[in-house]
Amino acid sequence: MANHSAPTLNGLVSGVVDRLKSAGIGYYLLLLITLSLVLAAAGLGLLAMIRGHEHYYNVYREIPWGVLISTYVFFVVTSTGLCLVSSIGHVFGVQDFMPIAKRSVFLSIATILSGFFVIAFEIKIPWRMAIYNVISPNLTSNIWWMGTLYGVYLAFMFAEYIFLLMNKHTPAVVCGFSGSVAGIAAHSNLGAVFGLLMGRAYWQGPYMPIYFIASAMMTGCAVIIMFHILGYKLNGEKMGPDMERALEVTTKVGILLICVILFFTTWKLVAGSAGQPNGAYPVVMSEVAGHHAFNFWFFEVLIGMVGPLVLFILSRGRNLNIMLLASISMIIGIFVMRFNLVFLGQSIPVYYDLGVNEYNHLLSYSPSIYEMIIAAGGFGMTAFFFLLGEKVFDGHKVEHH
Amino acid sequence: MNKLDLNNLKNEGVENVPMQERRDFLKMGLAITGIFAGGTILSAVSTFNTANAADFAKKYPYSPHYSMVMHQDRCIDCERCMAACVATNHVPNVPGAYRTTILEKDTPDAVGGKREFIPVLCNQCNLPQCTRVCPTKATYKDQTTGIVLMNIKKCIGCLTCQEGCPYNARYFNEEKKAVDKCNFCWDTRLSKGEKDTACAHACPAGVRIFGDLSKQDDPVFKTVHQIEKAVWVLRPEAGTRPNVFYTKG
Repeated sequence: MANHSAPTLNGLVSGVVDRLKSAGIGYYLLLLITLSLVLAAAGLGLLAMIRGHEHYYNVYREIPWGVLISTYVFFVVTSTGLCLVSSIGHVFGVQDFMPIAKRSVFLSIATILSGFFVIAFEIKIPWRMAIYNVISPNLTSNIWWMGTLYGVYLAFMFAEYIFLLMNKHTPAVVCGFSGSVAGIAAHSNLGAVFGLLMGRAYWQGPYMPIYFIASAMMTGCAVIIMFHILGYKLNGEKMGPDMERALEVTTKVGILLICVILFFTTWKLVAGSAGQPNGAYPVVMSEVAGHHAFNFWFFEVLIGMVGPLVLFILSRGRNLNIMLLASISMIIGIFVMRFNLVFLGQSIPVYYDLGVNEYNHLLSYSPSIYEMIIAAGGFGMTAFFFLLGEKVFDGHKVEHH
Repeated sequence: MNKLDLNNLKNEGVENVPMQERRDFLKMGLAITGIFAGGTILSAVSTFNTANAADFAKKYPYSPHYSMVMHQDRCIDCERCMAACVATNHVPNVPGAYRTTILEKDTPDAVGGKREFIPVLCNQCNLPQCTRVCPTKATYKDQTTGIVLMNIKKCIGCLTCQEGCPYNARYFNEEKKAVDKCNFCWDTRLSKGEKDTACAHACPAGVRIFGDLSKQDDPVFKTVHQIEKAVWVLRPEAGTRPNVFYTKG
């Protein structure tokens, strides 16, 4: 339980120093590893930026978006999910969800920064974005809205976290609500970046923005469960009944959202195969029974959804070890899910139906080692912030009023 | 004549159908083929003769309204168009870098010729996806000519325009540090007074006919607006209203 008396700056600093000093060698080793990943990714990303991305990345003319874009999508999906699921409690007043607020808001900032970190190395000239997004905005562009709204979202999430730290409940709620609205708007625009491309039948339609929001909440549940259990393990503390209850209800929401995404996925497959629609059917068949079947059935369906669904049900929201296993499995599956979504939409060439020799087959893409290291750097950044946050913010303990 | 009467009529066969009727029927078939193949643009084009001047201006809002017709069956894949494009527009010699290319299509069970060549380039669409999705207006539709142009200093390299283009007409040019695409040689030829593009100029077989759809006496206008031969566009389902047309003969 946190101290209710007004803290001094010296007191806060000495508290942080004490907590960092009390950490074991394993903690510092993990900090070093995650920081090294971030630095390695930043170094390689800068190298690619200076010497030309084509020397380092395996993306090409027909597949311009690779694993870095899917990793960015993964992180912003995660961040939006953390924001939305945690807002059920501290914004919309559902008491059971209250204890997860602080850590979730902190992690939503960490994950979106990780997303920005990764995409900075995928976009070829990111500094121009900072200038021309402002002085030459294209209001018909979903990617412009997405970038702008995520900027607004990040500002609100920062403000919300600071208000949560200061125990100023009302402004925290206002910022949390505004952040949720900006997050939903930004994230559905990210879905629309894919969904509104008229020449890409696999993505095209209103499905993507809707799917992205539901998928974000599913991911949010997994990440909240995983990081809260890991946080308590890291701090060597036993969970209180309030936190146990919060994770129990988060698990229930997670079960519901896995079912929602399974439902969405089923209809995506049915819609892409019934009537064999041009541009979508070959991709769906490659997903179901072709070259991408393993990625789809093993990672996306089994590891990402069905396995965790069974484990969550078996755990009854109380067995933390099973829940940890389920959430880790889910996060791995969701990462592949995002990769499948980004890659498969491009795997069918735009001239496929023309029947020309160059494009009468589905395209392939495997990330280069450089792309994988930069993507890993994003995970390193989230892990680094998480580890640091646990000590600096004292396990994100919640004030009781 | 009701359905019952039709059923009771004697089948006269087609042997005695006059030649003129056969021609009319064929024309109607070709016109219908053209309309369906061309989608919305060609359905509008096919009714041109009955349209008034106001409709015409709406259809071709640019002046000149640059366009290209590909006489597809004339292409022999000599690739002089591609070489001329590279030389004129300084296209880098790296994999995947081109503004125009020629696709090959084999039809093994076809009667007669079994291979055809399909030249492709930016279709300078009237409803371009690339300009809609660009976050910084780095690519835009020129209000005078209708050509889709690039303002390279604004390009952030997100490549969303590449994803949005239904014609694979764009690539990232590392030398320019921006996405590059065909602009009908606007900066290298047309704006300097030349009347055609480098590819059309270099083609020895008369495949690529470059012209102005806003002029009724232009060869491109005449080809697009006739109904004897089928004229089509690539990927009409993308709904971008392209300005590159295809025909044979």
